[in-house]
This record gives sequence, structure tokens and C-alpha cells, in this order.
Amino acid sequence: MKIICQVTLMLAIGLLAACQKTLPFAPEEEDLLDGPVNGLNLEEKAQFLRGDAAFNEVFTIERGLGPIFVANQCASCHPGDGKGSPFVSFIRFGQADTLGNLFLDQGGPQLQHKAIPGFEVEQFPAGAPSAILFAPAVTGLGFLDAVSDEDILQSADPNDQDGDGISGRPHWNQIPDYVDPRDHSLSINGRYITRFGKKAGAYDLLHQTSSAYNQDMGVTSSFESIDPYSGLKLDPEVNIQTINDVVFYLKTLKAPIARNQNDSEVIRGREIFGELGCIKCHLPQLKTGLSPIAAISDKTFYPYTDLLLHDMGPGLDDGYTEGFALSSEWRTPPLWGLGLSTDSQGGNYFLLHDGRARSIEEAIILHGGEAADSRGEFTRLSPSEKKQLIRFLEAL
Amino acid sequence: MRISTSIYLEICWLGFLLVFGLPFQLNAQLPDSLQISGDSVGAFLNMDATYNRPFLSSEKMPVAVGGYLEANSLYSSEDGVSEGLSFQARRLTLFMSASISNRIKFLSEIEFEDGTKEIAIEFAALDVSFHPLLNFRGGILMNPIGAFNQNHDGPKWEFVERPDVAVSMLPATWSNAGFGLYGKTYSGSWIVGYEAYLTNGFDNTIINNIENKTFLPATKQSESRFEENNSGRAMTNAKIAIKNRNLGEIGFSYMGGAYNKFENEGLKIDDKRGVHVFALDLNTTIKRSDTYITGEMVYAWIQVPSTYTQQFGNHQRGIFIDVVQPVVKQKILGWKDARFNVAARFDFVDWNSGSFSETDLDIGDELWAITPAVSFRPSSQTVFRLNYRYQWQVDLLNNPAAKTASWLFGFSSYF
Repeated sequence: MKIICQVTLMLAIGLLAACQKTLPFAPEEEDLLDGPVNGLNLEEKAQFLRGDAAFNEVFTIERGLGPIFVANQCASCHPGDGKGSPFVSFIRFGQADTLGNLFLDQGGPQLQHKAIPGFEVEQFPAGAPSAILFAPAVTGLGFLDAVSDEDILQSADPNDQDGDGISGRPHWNQIPDYVDPRDHSLSINGRYITRFGKKAGAYDLLHQTSSAYNQDMGVTSSFESIDPYSGLKLDPEVNIQTINDVVFYLKTLKAPIARNQNDSEVIRGREIFGELGCIKCHLPQLKTGLSPIAAISDKTFYPYTDLLLHDMGPGLDDGYTEGFALSSEWRTPPLWGLGLSTDSQGGNYFLLHDGRARSIEEAIILHGGEAADSRGEFTRLSPSEKKQLIRFLEAL
Repeated sequence: MRISTSIYLEICWLGFLLVFGLPFQLNAQLPDSLQISGDSVGAFLNMDATYNRPFLSSEKMPVAVGGYLEANSLYSSEDGVSEGLSFQARRLTLFMSASISNRIKFLSEIEFEDGTKEIAIEFAALDVSFHPLLNFRGGILMNPIGAFNQNHDGPKWEFVERPDVAVSMLPATWSNAGFGLYGKTYSGSWIVGYEAYLTNGFDNTIINNIENKTFLPATKQSESRFEENNSGRAMTNAKIAIKNRNLGEIGFSYMGGAYNKFENEGLKIDDKRGVHVFALDLNTTIKRSDTYITGEMVYAWIQVPSTYTQQFGNHQRGIFIDVVQPVVKQKILGWKDARFNVAARFDFVDWNSGSFSETDLDIGDELWAITPAVSFRPSSQTVFRLNYRYQWQVDLLNNPAAKTASWLFGFSSYF
């Protein structure tokens, strides 16, 4: 018995001594989408943490959820700051052309297809043009936000003057009154270059965040004070400071870190990506202008987007227009973090604007319009070349 | 608020349970009402845990008092991020019982959790014995769902943490105002007991809470739950337990009823929605090795509006199993009945069973944990515990699991 007692004690002491080794290791930084950008000062880190908490806040009925809504927290649509999944997909509807949304009095522009107990969900009006949309990853948005209008315009070629079949154009769109245009922003007839969202309909992260609180969660704010259910102006259910914290959080989330960059297949895949002409829209490199947040000011980064609208052909034309982005036009989605998509989509891929592509290869195949030539080139690649290209994309 | 006639159906249900129990009254004896702890049947079931506690009493006083204290240290890390070392004063619980007169007794249990963060009357009931098979109990009751809810005293367990299924799926310790009947009888090695109560029930917070899941414990936050039944319909609680002195005990329990406020001022304001919880509990001792095994399995069905978010599941399940093996039983440092035990616990909770309507893919929202433990009991009423807990928890979408490991060292002791 003494021996058993001693062995038990020794075992316990040994386990204690090995305490640190019994704790789970942190995942590699490059395998995570969340986390702040390097270089924030103490005050900025504190605001980042407040924004993180607000981003993950669960809205209850008492807190202002609904009565009709799509999701009950920001993180539902962007789990781990990554892409959304079918369970929180949403539907925009009501606008067939650039003349405006004719269904605003019938619940447009977004369908709130869930309701708190005791309420009916919003009904989809017959005959309304619509598109199903998946929420994008939110990492690195501060970098995209800080790109100057001039730099966006540099990539634009709306009339395809260089004859390469690519005619990206910025989304010159109207912006709400509460949005202050950036310094040195460009304007044509009161319209500005908007850049966030699947059709680049939102000007900046304040615009995007305020709309999401309102249209996704049914939560009113000083910025978006109309309740989607009643159509009435309500007291703010989320305060300005909280929205500012979330905006700051989104601005200071780090950019996804590319992985396996020395892998020979990844290196060859990158070359193929260029050879196919993908980089004409999925521009590898952008740079930020001056920003009050030093960590994202005057930086070069690698998002693989040009922030422009492109005609993606009839296959991806859902018939829904947003702002002045035509129904077949979609903003080039950043490809950074593509390989980490499955970590927020339950181990699956749900790619393109509505998640219809269940693999990277399928997403490429579904490209049309301005990307038709590149897609054609892709189909002519050998299986090993396709594999190398996919490896490269997974490493972003 | 109007009370519908269904209350009478529920009373009939209690009557049915009573009749159902009568055939078992073979050799029942009257309890000794002057003895606070235990009863004259002389064999305990989990349902007896409320009274099966050490009390301090004086012959001159009709009142007995007791309680327990538990505290621990905690060092944990989730995915490599630790909040450091904490010391936790988990619970200070005070019991007071009294024999009011022949076959009428009273017991209360007041608990201070995490200092004074949560102060709760977990039990305060008057028991009137008419017959071993027919005892009335009224006041604040511990609902007889599973076994842990009624048998939750820290010093009885080798683990610092309570079972996940008991506290994160079920709301242990779950008490409500209500009344009902209980009884017990035995024949040879067999003992049978029942409990049947009507109590207040859950409320809408079980599907409207910051846990972002269907979460029965959310109702515990309601300050009015001891004065008003949110749904206006009584919750039915029923349990039957069977024990063989050589084999062990098995219990089947149910609690359920409407949980949401669907009528107000005589107007229907919502559809009536119910919650139904079924539990199976068992415990046994393998006599050859003196290995003690206890566990509980729970299934819950909660009606959630189809138009609400799938974040809130309508089916839940969970289980825990404890295995405790005494390795040393001898006099140690002057304690003559000291024990060293090794133990292990397995926890599983699935807060949202089923699949997404859009994709038919499995919904996650699950937790798995294993907890090896060593414990030292200088006496049966005091336990020192060293636990290592490793937990995997996946979100709704089954994204990569968050891994949490914890070291816990603490004690729990009756006083």
C-alpha cells in the first residue's frame, strides 16, 4: 500500500511539473485569420479588444435583436473572422437596373428571413430580382479601406482600351449622409468610389458595419435608425462608441498570412496564376495611403484584388443590381486567406458570391465574362499544373 | 394570468404516479420522523441525498445545521492562451433542518457561489410523512431530473468541476417552487422510490440568451421564477428509481411542460412551446475491486420556432460517466479511515443535435472532455482533489475545435 501511495504522489508531482506541456499549443499565427495587425499601440490594442467583444456580442431580444433578422451576432456570419456559410446566407432583392430599388416599400433591399418568437419572417415579394450572398472574411479590411481612390482608378480600364478583354471599373455610388468621405477622395456628380461588399456597394467600414447591424440583425443605431420590421425610426439599440469600436476592430484585423511560400509547387502555381492572366483582376499587390492608424499607414500588402467591378458573364448573373453595379458585375474578391476558408465553413468550401462553388477548381470553372479566357486557359492545364495552381491559392 | 384547466390533468398525473407506486409497498415501514438524516428503510437512493448529509445537532434542540465549503485553484489554457492562475471560492453552502413534529420536517439549503456573486435558496421544503410511500413535499424543491441535481454536494465527488451535462445542459442546481409527493419501499434486496412534483418551469431565455445556444440554465437568471411561473403552466417532474443492494441503482426521470409566455391578459400572444427532458442515471460499485461507477445520460427536446435561427437547437443530449477506484484505504497521518482514490470522468454535451436545413451537414456545438483525477480523503466528509481536464469544443459549424486544458487543485468539505 505504501508503494501505491508513493507512486500516486509521485505521479501527481510529475504531472504538476509537466504542467505547461500538458496545455494545448497555440495554433501557428499563419493558420489563424483573427488577431490584430502588428504595431498597434496600447490604446489601439484596448480599442481592438473592445471591438472584438462587440463583434462577438450575441444580440438577444431585449438587446434589440430583430424582430426580423438574418443573424444574431457579427460573428455568426463571419465565424473566426472568416467567410460565412449557407446557414447564414442572405438575400438582397428588389433592384433590376440602375434606376433604383423598386421594392424598398416591400422590405428591400435585404430579406430578413428569420424572426424572433411571436413574429413572422419577412416574405419575399413575388417578381423581385434577387441574389443570394455569403458574408466574406473580414480580415485585412483596414488595408483595403486605406487604399487611395487614385490607386483603385489606376487599375481600371472600363472601356478595355488595352484590348485584353478585362474592363474593370470602380463602383461610383451614392453614399449615406452619415459617411464622411476620406481625405482626397474622388467624386463624380455626388457619387464616390465604394469598395466593400460583393458588389462594392459600401463606401467604408462605418457604412458596412452600420448597415450590417441594421439589415442583418435588425439593430438600429444613430447611423441607421429605421427598423427593418416596422419601417419606423427607433431609438438607437447600439451606441456610436460600440460601432466605432467594431469599425476599428475591422480596420486593425491583421491581413491573412500566406503559407508555404517556399514550396516548389506553390512557387510554380504562382507563375501559372500570372500566365493565365488571373492577376489582371486579382491584383497581387496594393498599397495603403496615409492612415491615422500607423500600423496600416503607407504599407504594401498582398490581397489579390483590384477592388473593381467586373462582368462575370451570364452564369454568375443573378439578375440583381446593387447601386450602379450591374447584375452580372461583381467586385473582385480578395483571395488572401482563401486556403483558410474551410476553417470557418465547417471543413467545406462555399465559394463565389453565393457559395455555389464547393471547391477552388469549381470556382475557377464558374468564372465567365471577362474571366472567360483565363478559365479557358485553366481548363487546358495539365492535371499537375492545375494542382500546382490550387496549391498556390490554398497557400494564400 | 389565467390558468387553464390542464392543471387538473397534471394533478391527475400525480395521482396516477401515486397509484402506480402503491403496489410496491410490500414491507414499507414508517420513517422515524425524529431522525433528520436518513430514514428507517435504511437504504438510500439518490433521491435521499437531500437528507443524507452530516448535520450537527443537539438533543435539546430540534434544529440541526451543517454545510460544506469548496475552494480550488485553477490554471487553464485555451489554444495556447492562458489567463493565468486563479483561486476560486466556489461554494459555501449552509444546511438547516428541523423536526417540527412527529413526521413533519423541514430542510433548507442556501448556497453562496463565487463569493456572493450568486446567492440562492437551493432547497427549502416542508416534508410531511403520511406513509413511506406517501410523503408530501412543498416549498423550493430540487427538481428530480437525473441524479446529480439532487446529489450535488461537493464533498461527495472526486472532481472540482461539476459534470458538463448537469450544469451546461441541465441547470444544476435546479430548484423551483412547487409541491408534490414522494415515497420509497423495499422488498428483499430491492428498493423502489418515486418522486412526482409540479413546479414552476423554464422561460423564454432558454432560446434567447447570450450563450447563443438553447441553454436551459439561462432560466436561473430570472429573479421572478420563485414567484411566478412564466408560462402559466406547471412543469411536471417525475422520477422512479430502482436499486438492488448488490447491483446498484438506476433512475428514470422526466421534467417538462410549456416554457414560454403564450398568453397575457387573456390574449394569445404566441404559440405554446414546450421543453421535455428525459434522464437516465445509474450508479454501482463493483464489489471485487471496490470500483465505484456513476453516470447520467440526458436527452432534451425543446420546441423552437421554425422561423428562428438554427443557432438554437431543438434536440440536445449529453452524458457523463465517473469511475472512482480507491487505491489506498488505511490510517495515514493519524486519520484512521483515510483514502487515496484515482478517478476519471468523461463528459459529452451536444447542444444542437441534427443537421442544417440548408445543407444537411451535421450541426456541431458539441463539447467533449476527459478528466483524470487523484483525490485524498482524510475522512469521508473531506476531499482534496487534483484534476487535469482536457476539453474539445466545436462551434455550430464544426470548425476546428477549441482545445482547453485545465489543472485544478482544491478541497471540499462538509462542516
